[in-house]
Amino acid sequence: MNDARTDGAAGPLEIRIDSKTYVSAEGQAVEVIRDLTLRLDAFSVGALIGPSGCGKTTILHIAAGLDPNFIGHLRIPGQGRLGVVFQEPRLLPWRTVADNIRLVLPPEQSFDQLDDLIDTLGLGAHLTHYPGELSLGLARRVAIARAFAVQPDFLLLDEPFVSLDVAVAARLRDELTMLTQRRQVTTLLVTHDLEDAIQLADRLFFLSMRPANIIAEMALPPPRGARDKATIDEIAEQVKSQVPGYASGAART
Amino acid sequence: MAKVLSLAALLGLWTLVAWLTQSPLLPSPMRVGEAILVDMQSGELPFQMACTLARVVAAFVIAFTLGVAAGYAMGRWRSVDRYADPWLVVLLNLPALVIIIFAYIWIGLNETAAIVAVALNKLPNVIVVTREGARSLDPNLDEMARAFRFSWQSKLRNVIMPQLAPYLAAVSRSGLAIIWKIVLVVELLGRPNGVGFVLGSSFSLFDMTRILSYAISFVALMLAIETFVVQPLERRTNRWRRRAA
Repeated sequence: MNDARTDGAAGPLEIRIDSKTYVSAEGQAVEVIRDLTLRLDAFSVGALIGPSGCGKTTILHIAAGLDPNFIGHLRIPGQGRLGVVFQEPRLLPWRTVADNIRLVLPPEQSFDQLDDLIDTLGLGAHLTHYPGELSLGLARRVAIARAFAVQPDFLLLDEPFVSLDVAVAARLRDELTMLTQRRQVTTLLVTHDLEDAIQLADRLFFLSMRPANIIAEMALPPPRGARDKATIDEIAEQVKSQVPGYASGAART
Repeated sequence: MAKVLSLAALLGLWTLVAWLTQSPLLPSPMRVGEAILVDMQSGELPFQMACTLARVVAAFVIAFTLGVAAGYAMGRWRSVDRYADPWLVVLLNLPALVIIIFAYIWIGLNETAAIVAVALNKLPNVIVVTREGARSLDPNLDEMARAFRFSWQSKLRNVIMPQLAPYLAAVSRSGLAIIWKIVLVVELLGRPNGVGFVLGSSFSLFDMTRILSYAISFVALMLAIETFVVQPLERRTNRWRRRAA
């Protein structure tokens, strides 16, 4: 059906999905993705933007190697070490914050080496807490810390700012921008929010409705992370005029 | 406090009825207490209790290990459940006594038969409860563990077991209670030692003092295990739940 491989050197991320179908509750085959090709240079950040329900999360699952049932091809950068931030933080409620992070550490890494990461995300005071004691914003920070603690070759972020209030989301966006700049890791961000994508990414991929494929691709001017509000608005206007159907709402929620 | 009062009232009532009837069929708590002391000193009571306890532990470990493995498999994989469920239903509905008789006839009047019989009696219950637990495992956490490449040992320890813990705690509490009762029957029917054997031989002599002293001692032992082993363990596994509440 498909072949997946990892590159010894830090190669690009390549996702090719010729077809992905699933069987609906009524027993019918529904095609969610068709002829989708995505290529992302090593160490750059790509953002997948599309309307809700267009198959973004399905693509993320395939990229994470969690769903082998598709026709196509997957090439993961580096050793294929993966960090994922799911939409729901998916922390282990019976383990403390520190233990949740410690559990994914690669053998050569010790928890003490993570001070910098813990500081950036403001988690120092919460290491002994259980996830049930945290707000969603904090829980998501822990999930982000966990994803980076893996020392990933490849990072997947699924709507990391969704359901957070504006201030919390803004702070988290800045922290993520900082982390993706500081650490060399090929990153794929899935979002429905254009501004989030423009702030964080080097390259935007716009998805169509089902069956999803990429209708437009846009490289953003470097450097990422240094874009101020005015620049972001300007690029957003550009997107609306250049991406077919975006302004009319086809690629929006 | 209420518990102590209630127990004292029971003891008082027993003393009163024993005093009123003055029958060897209902010895007073004092006489039973004396009997316990005498048998404790002679080593008879500890020996018999140890025999029974060893059988309880062996049967419990076997039923628990096999039951958790089978229950997990049935809860996770529908095809396994489809094939194994009819067996489970048969086992669930087989009376304890029938299983004991089968075991003694087919395996012989020996220790293996006794333990197998008890374990088989408890097994279906462990399977049913664990299956329920396995069905309710969070698929999101399972995906997380796969994405982060947890080893199977780490996944078992950190992801699966904590989710099954409330089910396993429930099954060990009810399990302990059921198992020791069945062990007594098994001993009564075919073992030369153990509390069940003593109860059987005392029954044939109508020795109520002995019956009561052994029964009470063993109940006390099981209550102690429940209070000092099972409950603290349960509290420990649920620590995160209380903190988060």
